[in-house]
Amino acid sequence: MSAPESPAPVAYDWNLIANDPGFIALKAAKRRFILPATIFFFVYYMTLPVLVGFQPELMKTAVWGKVNIAYLFALSQFVMTWVLCALYVRAARRWDIMNAELLARLVPR
Amino acid sequence: MLAIVFTPALGMFLAFVAVTLIITYFSARKATGSAAYFAAGRSIKGWQNGLAEAGDYMSAASFLGISGIICLKGYDGFMYSVGFLVAYLTVLFLVAEPLRNAGKYTMADLLAYRLKARPVRAMAALSTLVVSTFYMIAQMVGAGGIIEQLIGVPFAPAVIGVGVLMLIYVVFGGMLATTWVQIIKAILLMGGAFALSWMVMSKFDFSLAAFFDAVSQATYGGTKAPVNLLDPGMAYGASAKNPWGAWDFISLALGLVLGTAGLPHILVRFYTVPDAKTARVSVVWATAIIGVFYIMTTFFGFGAAVLLKLSALPLDAKGLPNGNMVAPVLAQFLGGEMFFAFISAVAFATILAVVAGLTMSASTSFAHDFFTNVIHHGRETKPGQEVRVARITAFVVGAASIALAIKLGSSVNAAMLVGLAFAVAASANLPVILFSIFWKRFNTAGAVAGLGVGLVSSIVLILLSKNGLYTAETAPFPLANPGIVSIPLGFLAAYLGTVLTPRDVEAESKFAELSVRSQTGLGAEKATAH
Repeated sequence: MSAPESPAPVAYDWNLIANDPGFIALKAAKRRFILPATIFFFVYYMTLPVLVGFQPELMKTAVWGKVNIAYLFALSQFVMTWVLCALYVRAARRWDIMNAELLARLVPR
Repeated sequence: MLAIVFTPALGMFLAFVAVTLIITYFSARKATGSAAYFAAGRSIKGWQNGLAEAGDYMSAASFLGISGIICLKGYDGFMYSVGFLVAYLTVLFLVAEPLRNAGKYTMADLLAYRLKARPVRAMAALSTLVVSTFYMIAQMVGAGGIIEQLIGVPFAPAVIGVGVLMLIYVVFGGMLATTWVQIIKAILLMGGAFALSWMVMSKFDFSLAAFFDAVSQATYGGTKAPVNLLDPGMAYGASAKNPWGAWDFISLALGLVLGTAGLPHILVRFYTVPDAKTARVSVVWATAIIGVFYIMTTFFGFGAAVLLKLSALPLDAKGLPNGNMVAPVLAQFLGGEMFFAFISAVAFATILAVVAGLTMSASTSFAHDFFTNVIHHGRETKPGQEVRVARITAFVVGAASIALAIKLGSSVNAAMLVGLAFAVAASANLPVILFSIFWKRFNTAGAVAGLGVGLVSSIVLILLSKNGLYTAETAPFPLANPGIVSIPLGFLAAYLGTVLTPRDVEAESKFAELSVRSQTGLGAEKATAH
């Protein structure tokens, strides 16, 4: 016997759901957010070590009192992370609704 | 005979131990059955798991190591703070929800879904054990050294003490006790970090301008010529001595941002919540908490460089000021003996909680992936066998890391071991996790190749670097961080292993199922009723 606490597996028609326009739309909606957001944060983040590594003098320029570009750029990564996090949560709320509609329509209760 | 003086620090250690043992006692009564033991019954709330996630992640290397490296090397140390946080976007966007939806107890559950389970699980279990063991030895060695200096218990008994406590949490309390230990530790750590930051800023009349002015001409308590710690380059900058410095920056950053989403002890936390939506909530909580913590490293890291004389720090094995002691010594400077005791107890709680989380993920992977699925083809021969094997594995893993930590002593480079863990996670685990969720053609050969090449290349490159068997002058591999080479190699091996071998019709036919499961949560493991 395997893991006794699991409910008996229910046979869903996976291919039917996978080919449903609602599911395809859900996947597309996720991709529309996740792909550009991932590329953006990756490029924005990696710009920091690239600039710090190859343009150290530029990054040492003080812009706010003694605070330099390097530190402000690093600090902006925190803001960027929280903003993208919040945008993801907002987008995911839409996906949850699409998902609930899809499952209500295709999965027998 | 040990002569232990009863200090406030020791008292606070013991208080933490007492509270966590009570939690373990109550958890033990619930830890029956695999889902209860390995995944806390999948009934942890989102904010609780967010705190536990943060607790698992903010290790001694984060608290003690980063405050030390910022104090001694300035801006370059702060790069770790940034990377550790941004990494959570990788976790949130790409890994957390699909993993919760399609898996059961381990990372390998997702990989094995549509591939041939036995080779994939065997490799994934190996990679998990390597990551967890190296990470754990790093924490144990740090723990031994710190306890030695904080309460005067010698290195070996200190390591054994930490190991035994960790085993009690894991063996008796399972994931539920481990989770609550993380939660308490995270709250203590945030409190300690906030108090330290507050007291540092009070020295500057809470003026950010005055603080940054002082940091830009830090004098280590007036003992050194002023140095601008906000300028990058003190640890990793390119110089005549280190012409590859800029590349090391990039390689470090890559390893940090991609490694977190492949750390097994971080990933297994998502199985403790009822569904993918709660997993998402917990990542958001963790990101908020971790972000606030790493911003505070600015105050107690840079602040220490302004306020502390380096002569106040105890010396490490090489006779240099021990950076790991910056946070406790700063606490003593700012708040006297009681505050020193509190921060020391926080450091101790941090170490204990992280090693418990690591032992939990290592033993879960061995019992579930290797014992049940590789050796016994996915069936328990007796009820409760999987949990029993996990408990025995926890003993073995625990004893092995205690022995290794004592054997290596404080001579081992803890940063090297943590770097290795992140490199293996990013190079071996992440490529195969992403390909199995998003790439239909991905097959077993690709998964085994990706895991194998990622694992071996990161270990070999670290051994060939100045952090391994060589010195800075003689190292054949010029970077301290292997990520920039080993991560592309891991992705490439997973890709080539797939396209150079015949299509796996069965794996591709199950892609629709995995896709629907991981995106919709249909058929996902449910929380168990109490």
